[in-house]
Amino acid sequence: MHIELAVVLAALLFSIGVYGVLARRNAVLVLMSIELMLNAVNINLVAFDVWLRDTLHSGQTFALFVVALAAAEVGVGLAIVVQVYRLRATVAVDDLDELTEPANE
Amino acid sequence: MTAQDVVFALLGVIAVGSALLVVTTSNVVRAALWLVVTFGSVAGCFLVLTAELVAWVQVLIYIGAIIVLLLFGVMLTRAPIGPTDELNSGHRLVAALVASATAATLTVLSLQAFHGVFVRLDQPGTAAVIGSALFRTWVLPFEVISVLLLSALVGAITLTRPEVGTAGSR
Repeated sequence: MHIELAVVLAALLFSIGVYGVLARRNAVLVLMSIELMLNAVNINLVAFDVWLRDTLHSGQTFALFVVALAAAEVGVGLAIVVQVYRLRATVAVDDLDELTEPANE
Repeated sequence: MTAQDVVFALLGVIAVGSALLVVTTSNVVRAALWLVVTFGSVAGCFLVLTAELVAWVQVLIYIGAIIVLLLFGVMLTRAPIGPTDELNSGHRLVAALVASATAATLTVLSLQAFHGVFVRLDQPGTAAVIGSALFRTWVLPFEVISVLLLSALVGAITLTRPEVGTAGSR
């Protein structure tokens, strides 16, 4: 098969993830969009591994590592989100602005 | 166009469509369920690319574990279950601009770089092949990843203990 299909699919999924991270307000939905971006990267890794006929299969192995990292990331991310909800009673990322500098008059 | 191209393109259309629904739907639970469709069709893409083990790991870990974790997150933060318009922030237009610029740049660049490259799909990445690569060549990174996963999950448990962050512990 042609590799353009795989790289274009990965690019589109990645950009959809970028849109989700920037446009969503709910922290859980932001985490979902990050998962989309990680999955897009996996498509590229697998496609290039198969194309280059890598004898060490580094692409597919690294894709497995990315899956494990995504699991770790979503675990810690959700722990932080749940703790933020417990302290602030909201998970809207727009409202978590304690560290912003006061706006200049 | 080979048969693999057609199947991959169809799965890709499903993946992109459901991913668009994930980032635009006004219902948190539906977003998680559309994410299942996206991950499932990406797993199908891996199968077309003959990466069997990665496809099944994708089904087991993404659909089986990560979606369930995300749904637990939805429940624990008492997200609105029905449709609501509170899920999007005010700068959707800027986000759409940035995302379409990213999509255009990446698509044009990769189409130029990989135009007409043909992949031969005759070396399937079965569990035996990938497992042998993983435990011969990549065994040290594999162990580092497992330690990282362990420490991340211990950290997650520590973070969510009830006494952390309450008035008594400060």
